[in-house]
Amino acid sequence: MYGNDFAPLLEQVDSAERDLQQAAGRDVAAGADLQGYFDTIVAADQKIEPRDWMPEAYRKTLIRQIAQHAHSEIIGMQPEGNWISRAPSLKRKAILLAKVQDEAGHGLYLYAAAETLGISRDELVEMLIDGRQKYSSIFNYPTLTWADVGAIGWLVDGAAIVNQVPLCRCSYGPYARAMIRVCKEESFHQRQGFEILHTLSHGTPEQKAMAQDAVDRWWYPSLAMFGPPDGDSTHSERSMAWKIKRFTNDELRQRFVDMCVQQAGILDLRIPDPDLRWDEARGQHDYTQPDYDELMRVIKGDGPCNQERMEHRRRAHSDGAWVRAAARTYAEKRAKNAV
Amino acid sequence: MSHVGYVLGLADDALVAAQRLGEWCSRAPEMEEDIALANIALDQLGVARMLLTYAGELEGAGRTEDDLAYLRSAHEFRNVRLVELDNGDFAVTMAKLLFLSVYQRLLYDRSIGVGDERVAAVAAKARKESAYHVDHSSRWVVRLGDGTEESNERMQAAVDLVWPYTDQLFEVDPDVHALSVAGVIVDPSTLRPAWLAAVDAVLAEATLTRPLDSDSSVVRRGEHTEALAKLLAEMQVLHRAHPGARW
Amino acid sequence: MLFEVFIRPRRGLSHAHVGSLHAPDAEMALRNARDVYTRRQEGVSIWVVPATEITASSPDEKDAFFAPAADKVYRHPTFYDVPEGAAHI
Repeated sequence: MYGNDFAPLLEQVDSAERDLQQAAGRDVAAGADLQGYFDTIVAADQKIEPRDWMPEAYRKTLIRQIAQHAHSEIIGMQPEGNWISRAPSLKRKAILLAKVQDEAGHGLYLYAAAETLGISRDELVEMLIDGRQKYSSIFNYPTLTWADVGAIGWLVDGAAIVNQVPLCRCSYGPYARAMIRVCKEESFHQRQGFEILHTLSHGTPEQKAMAQDAVDRWWYPSLAMFGPPDGDSTHSERSMAWKIKRFTNDELRQRFVDMCVQQAGILDLRIPDPDLRWDEARGQHDYTQPDYDELMRVIKGDGPCNQERMEHRRRAHSDGAWVRAAARTYAEKRAKNAV
Repeated sequence: MSHVGYVLGLADDALVAAQRLGEWCSRAPEMEEDIALANIALDQLGVARMLLTYAGELEGAGRTEDDLAYLRSAHEFRNVRLVELDNGDFAVTMAKLLFLSVYQRLLYDRSIGVGDERVAAVAAKARKESAYHVDHSSRWVVRLGDGTEESNERMQAAVDLVWPYTDQLFEVDPDVHALSVAGVIVDPSTLRPAWLAAVDAVLAEATLTRPLDSDSSVVRRGEHTEALAKLLAEMQVLHRAHPGARW
Repeated sequence: MLFEVFIRPRRGLSHAHVGSLHAPDAEMALRNARDVYTRRQEGVSIWVVPATEITASSPDEKDAFFAPAADKVYRHPTFYDVPEGAAHI
């Protein structure tokens, strides 16, 4: 609609879905032993399903990754939810509310996928609330102006999609299927962010400055969303072999940068990197790496909003305890009366 | 209250209800409920937008939905006080939603054949949504009323708190009465018996006691609590800070 | 309580599994399913089933359950030669 090219991403989701169905139709000569069977299925690009045997480390890696992903969706409701009450038009209010609602839905799909691995949602929520499991650090940055809602849509959701589209091909069936659903819904999220920034950038000088300021603040944290550089990434190699992960952190980061440069041109907004330039030889852009020390500090809990985000989640959970207890008690009474 | 005032009343009820429900986002007792409350807020917001656009056309001064939502002061809003009350705990929110949605359901149902075709068209769409809001809120009121001791106390307290504000839904207004006699719109005061019957049934199933009616005279639409000005200050702050800007 | 959710996408199609959700009872599960899984008009009918009520075949029994069907090709219509000119068969 603005000449920005999101279609290939959606096409990738569709092709992942087609491949999933095609691979399912292939006959696989499975090995006799459990590990052999698992390896053959993964090698054939078929899916491991919940009751299949799987290596314990594979299960643990998936639980950690899917849970972190689910937690990120739930915590991720807060920075944008912060602007629902002040959205500057009724149309924007409706779009933003629908978007934040989607995030709750995505969190639910992902918790459901994690539960197929033999862990309950209650346990996962406990681990989020007591800090044993993490969520994406990006949500520890504040949304200071309305333009931040645009920047989150364009950059944060954009980075999330680049990260997530390959997960539609993940070897674990429930995760792959959840991601296909999530990615299809997410494409509207990125577009609404792009549209907000485009409108601001072509509005009054104050609006344009607001848009540029938001991009300046969200650019490097968005680059950091892809995780530490490949050399320092602890989980990458094994996850690649298991086909949980399909590309390295640096490959995905590069893809994201290349995608954004063209779109920033259409937005008429500047990416805050003086060293960003096209490298003819590599056929890719050179760019400045984000501050990974800052990333590690934020992951460890020292970001600008870590306390608020966790406190907000804890409060919602504890404030709702009496409601959940009432619903349980009522259901038990009814079940007893029905017998 | 003129015809425009009547339409604005319906629109503002929905708009302010949506604004309050939106405040729950990311704060609900359960993730599934977060999604449900957002759905209801989106329904209310959708109705508000259609009716505000129509009110602007009826008025004939070229005001858009956003002009009406963002550039009126509290005393120009026509919503009932019920919708502007703070969310309170989940029980208060459900009491507010039950009382509002039963009223809206009846109003929309009866508006389908009225002479004002625009209102009739909005009502035809909105009544299906309201049926869901009634279902959702009444099931929660029953669940909380007949749940634990604590939830019963909270739910009863919520009903007691909100009840005095329900009178205003059925305000009798001479202009509206005249328009309803002409078949143009529905006179809300005629909805009261059906509303009471529906609400009574829910409260009874929830093992809750209906509070006694107050003798105080009915507060007219346009009169508000302190809560509305605060709600609007937040809702309008960004829009008003950039006069004439597009978003 | 965990419920599995099945949705009929359109008339004429079977219900298919779409995921799961939590609810204290079936009545609420049904309503939650509507909000969680049909926000984009994905369905015309919903089933919810308590996850504990589902009895599943085990992957270990896969061969015993499904392999015997593999050599009964006569169950499939393409097994049969249809003489040329035979219509409507």
